[in-house]
Amino acid sequence: MAVLVIADHDNATLKDNTHKVVTAAQAIGGDVDVLVAGSNTAAIAAEAAKIAGVRKVLTAESAELGQGLAEAMADLVVGLAGGYDHILTPATSQGKNFSPRIAAKLDVAQISDVTEVVSADTFTHPIYAGNAMETVQSGDAKKVLTVRPTAFKAAADGGSASVESVAAPAAPAKTKFVDQKIVKSARPELGGAKIVVSGGRAMGSAEEFQKVIEPLADKLGAAVGASRAAVDAGYAPNDYQVGQTGKVVAPELYVAIGISGAIQHLAGMKDSKVIVAINKDADAPIFQVADFGLVADYKAAVPELMSALTAAGK
Amino acid sequence: MKVLVPVKRVIDYNVKARVKADQTGVDLANVKMSMNPFCEIAVEEAVRLKEKGAATEVVAVSVGPTQAQETLRTALAMGADRAILVQTDQDLEPLAVAKVLKAVIAEENPELVLMGKQAIDGDNNAVGQMLSALLDWPQATFASEVAIGGGKATVTREVDGGLQTIDVSLPAVVTADLRLNEPRYASLPNIMKAKKKPLDVKELGSLGVDTAPRLKVVKVTEPAKRQAGIKVETAADLVSNLKTAGVL
Ligand SMILES: Cc1cc2nc3c(=O)[nH]c(=O)nc-3n(C[C@H](O)[C@H](O)[C@H](O)COP(=O)(O)OP(=O)(O)OC[C@H]3O[C@@H](n4cnc5c(N)ncnc54)[C@H](O)[C@@H]3O)c2cc1C
Repeated sequence: MAVLVIADHDNATLKDNTHKVVTAAQAIGGDVDVLVAGSNTAAIAAEAAKIAGVRKVLTAESAELGQGLAEAMADLVVGLAGGYDHILTPATSQGKNFSPRIAAKLDVAQISDVTEVVSADTFTHPIYAGNAMETVQSGDAKKVLTVRPTAFKAAADGGSASVESVAAPAAPAKTKFVDQKIVKSARPELGGAKIVVSGGRAMGSAEEFQKVIEPLADKLGAAVGASRAAVDAGYAPNDYQVGQTGKVVAPELYVAIGISGAIQHLAGMKDSKVIVAINKDADAPIFQVADFGLVADYKAAVPELMSALTAAGK
Repeated sequence: MKVLVPVKRVIDYNVKARVKADQTGVDLANVKMSMNPFCEIAVEEAVRLKEKGAATEVVAVSVGPTQAQETLRTALAMGADRAILVQTDQDLEPLAVAKVLKAVIAEENPELVLMGKQAIDGDNNAVGQMLSALLDWPQATFASEVAIGGGKATVTREVDGGLQTIDVSLPAVVTADLRLNEPRYASLPNIMKAKKKPLDVKELGSLGVDTAPRLKVVKVTEPAKRQAGIKVETAADLVSNLKTAGVL
């Protein structure tokens, strides 16, 4: 039995999501290979080769793979699929884009957002915004899964897998990359951060969001998140959205400021270890999941929190 | 240009799903059902394309039970021209839905399929990508902006870290993300008019598509519950609690 893990990277560095999905692959059992597909793979492949327990790292390079075009990714992986019983992709927006295409080309189901490997053919995943956990057994010859990285510990380094390059597929004829705007941030990445500070509609403006949320995040060394309402209103960029249909996070500490705690928001953060909520409405649903709730106007509470953190040596 | 918009009837987004005691699924008896919010966004976008003159006809299609006719009527009230229900009481998996849609597309020949990126019941985020794979059409998922012209769609997509823009030649499948538009509410006169728009009902069996399930549901359970927390009085209390909890 062999499992192919599709690496998460940004054409520069390997993302920790890859290590987490390798852990899921190891729970399935059998040989684990990692595929690094992109426009600049050598350094990333060298990182992947260090993950303990990886048999082999495959690399494939082309402009379209670097752009993450789903057609190119699916062609590549379908071509490699003969050697694998399982194909695992981190459930990032990139992975969610191409993985179902692979499944359909192979005429098999995709199991989305897997949070637990029960056995080699049985997996658990959340449905209904995480209000139910469904365990399914696959009868397909090949299993195509997206894996929720926050549900698995990162596999450690310590391996020395071989690296092998494979041919990239022809450029997709019907899809062309035009451009992209990627926001570079010095802060930790939202998906893997130890601490996340999120702001909601209460912020009222982008300036206020930057003035209140970002300094607190920086003081805590945290990533910044937001509710859908804050993103829709333009207070924060789209990829800050935490929730059912945004990013799923499970940090050690999640701080929700001026967020009511709608089902869709909770779906993205309720597996955090410790949840703090600051909200002026004592009945806000966010308090039902918060370990520590502060019923207060954030305008007073956040400056006080900044001072208390300073006093505590932060 | 004909636009096909698949729509799904799902639990209303304001309702919290409850797991059945016998662990066979989620209890949907007497629960408010609505059009999946992402499907609403797709319908809205298709109707706007028609209003701008980029589309000539908007056809809504649903694969589901008899009650999905209500969902299709909503799409018609928002401005779709006609509707097709592929009727089945089976709860089809995404791959099966994609195959059914492919069969409908073979009859309808749309140049654009606009659909939601995800249904908020199964949360799979898969049918659009699967459909475009089966058709061998290009895909543009998670759209926050769509422009049609010159035989192609230029689509801005919400991706990890920001936005990506791609061109896909038509015919193509585009899936809608939250910020593509804000769907309209159907007006009363339009709701009345929608009752007279054509709604075709086909039996799933008449399409000759293999929709056999690939997955067996072993069980559906409640997620782990969080321990009830405490309210703190001041920011200083909060910090000392966080220190004790070991997260600072
Ligand atoms: C299909 C679909 C998908 C969705 N996906 C997501 C998702 O992924 N993520 C997500 O977050 N949402 C999502 N939503 C939206 C969700 O339903 C809520 O509308 C949204 O989370 C609300 O954001 P909010 O809590 O910031 O705003 P609100 O619900 O308006 O809450 C604002 C809160 O701020 C508090 N407040 C106001 N002023 C102050 C003050 N001065 N000090 C302290 N507190 C204050 C209020 O008491 C209130 O509780 C989705 C919705 C749909 C339909």
